[in-house]
Amino acid sequence: MSAQALINENALGRNRRIKRLGKLGLLLNPLVAYFFLWAPILVLVLFSFNQSKSVASFTGFTLKWYSNILNNVVGAESAFSTELMLNAFRNSLFVGTIATAIATALGTMIALAMARGRFPGKRLLDGLLFLPVVIPEITQAISLAIFFKVAFDWIHLLSGERVFPGFHTIIMAHVTFNISYVAIVVRARLADMDPTLEEAASDLGANPWQTFWRVTFPLILPGVIAGALLAFTLSLDDFVITFFTSGVGTTTLPVFVYGLLKLTVTPEVNAISTIMMLLSTLLIGISLALQGRGTSQR
Amino acid sequence: MSRWFRRSQKDGSLLALPTVAWLLVFFVLPLVIVLVVSLMSRGRGGVAQMPLTLQHYERTFGIFSIILWRSIGLAGLTTVVCLLVGYPLAFFISTRRRPIVQQIALFLVILPFWTNFLIRTYAWRILLGDEGTINGVLRALGVISEPLQLLNTQFAVLVGLVYGFLPFMVLPIFASVERFNFRYVDAAQDLGANETRTFLRVVLPLTMPGVLAGCALVFIPSVGAFVTPDLLGGTKGLMIGNLINNQFGGSGNMPLGSALSIVMMGVVMLSLLVYVFGNRRQTGA
Repeated sequence: MSAQALINENALGRNRRIKRLGKLGLLLNPLVAYFFLWAPILVLVLFSFNQSKSVASFTGFTLKWYSNILNNVVGAESAFSTELMLNAFRNSLFVGTIATAIATALGTMIALAMARGRFPGKRLLDGLLFLPVVIPEITQAISLAIFFKVAFDWIHLLSGERVFPGFHTIIMAHVTFNISYVAIVVRARLADMDPTLEEAASDLGANPWQTFWRVTFPLILPGVIAGALLAFTLSLDDFVITFFTSGVGTTTLPVFVYGLLKLTVTPEVNAISTIMMLLSTLLIGISLALQGRGTSQR
Repeated sequence: MSRWFRRSQKDGSLLALPTVAWLLVFFVLPLVIVLVVSLMSRGRGGVAQMPLTLQHYERTFGIFSIILWRSIGLAGLTTVVCLLVGYPLAFFISTRRRPIVQQIALFLVILPFWTNFLIRTYAWRILLGDEGTINGVLRALGVISEPLQLLNTQFAVLVGLVYGFLPFMVLPIFASVERFNFRYVDAAQDLGANETRTFLRVVLPLTMPGVLAGCALVFIPSVGAFVTPDLLGGTKGLMIGNLINNQFGGSGNMPLGSALSIVMMGVVMLSLLVYVFGNRRQTGA
């Protein structure tokens, strides 16, 4: 065998080895990826049932951390109290409900205006709606924090009234980041809708108001509901923007949880996290099921 | 007045007005205020006061440039890792033959995502801590005798960011692989292209829109990350988001925080421009 052929043979062998390695990598990739995605969650759940406080080894099964939460007996060093948590959860629901209602109305209106309106500056408006989605949360958070501070200083200067951040600031902030999401979802629905239906309604003598409530609105309703659910979920889940715009006594659930997580790793916190994971999965599952029903019924 | 009202009612702009007003007051105006504050001096208690100055930008690009570059570097690395893990994963999901298996494979990527971001990040504190699960397992196996420092490092931040944003990479790529016609692969190979060439010249260009969207969706929130470095990074893994947060406490410096924020927004806008430009070239070609 000539030297050249030998080199070729070697190169071919190496190529084949690389190829085999690549194939192996492609085979292992999903395994590794799914392990990576699920291991932290499974470990968290596992150690919420661990007998010892350690998260290094599993020593035995117990439910005592869960009963501690229910009975409100948690170590003195912990900032946790069941009452405080439930209160924070109530605050979250309150903020989420109001912010969702306002954002859904505003988002649906702008979606309709963009889809049906004929006015200049729509491209600019597109950009304005797109920005809140892509801008980093922390930027939006501090800009709102500074804005509220400046606004409250002015109010104090002009009227002598002292205003503090609270539910109103959180709600205004949540509406602001939710509008775009609602608008995106409703616009997608409007794009699927047949515009001739509206024309038919007005040809048959319906005024714009009747056309909207009798034809357009029922047709886009699934989109509006989906947008509202998305807004509510985002509102319940938001930490960064709420953290910067909340005041004393208006702690929402994520802000409360952050306070716990920041301090220590305790089995009770693992148990709370497990409960919260279960709840949010359930909530989203239900809303998806509802949405699926909404689309299959049309 | 009434003529204007009637006209704006007719062309639909009246319908847009409340939302536009809301966004101008609560989104645009605050950003303008941040820009103005970033050019002012630091007063007592960290608030802004006159006169105007550029010193906060000087500091941002001066002593804080190390943190700025670290944030960009970590976000870039996060994007690369997400791409390397997410691209094959998206292919794996979309090439499942039975629809139910495909749905489950996709579901398994999305489901962890339904958990609050804080809790998902906290889970890594359990895994990476000195007394954590990874060190516990390694010690039980006799691999190490002293715990490795995993938590409060840049590595921990990288892991946390990849964990937090991997689905943002997988989903857009999955969407574009779904549209990809696998007959093109046969065609390329019939015409004599080898596997590498087929991938580089056919598969990759046609799935590029998903790749670009995924990269933008991972890079942008990573650059501005606050929770992940806060819970996992300690002082070694400090990112620009934490630096901004630190300017809003008692010993803070609001104008500096604003300047940092403006610079970060610049980075985000730049990466968006790259995305839009790349996308246009892709679809144009």
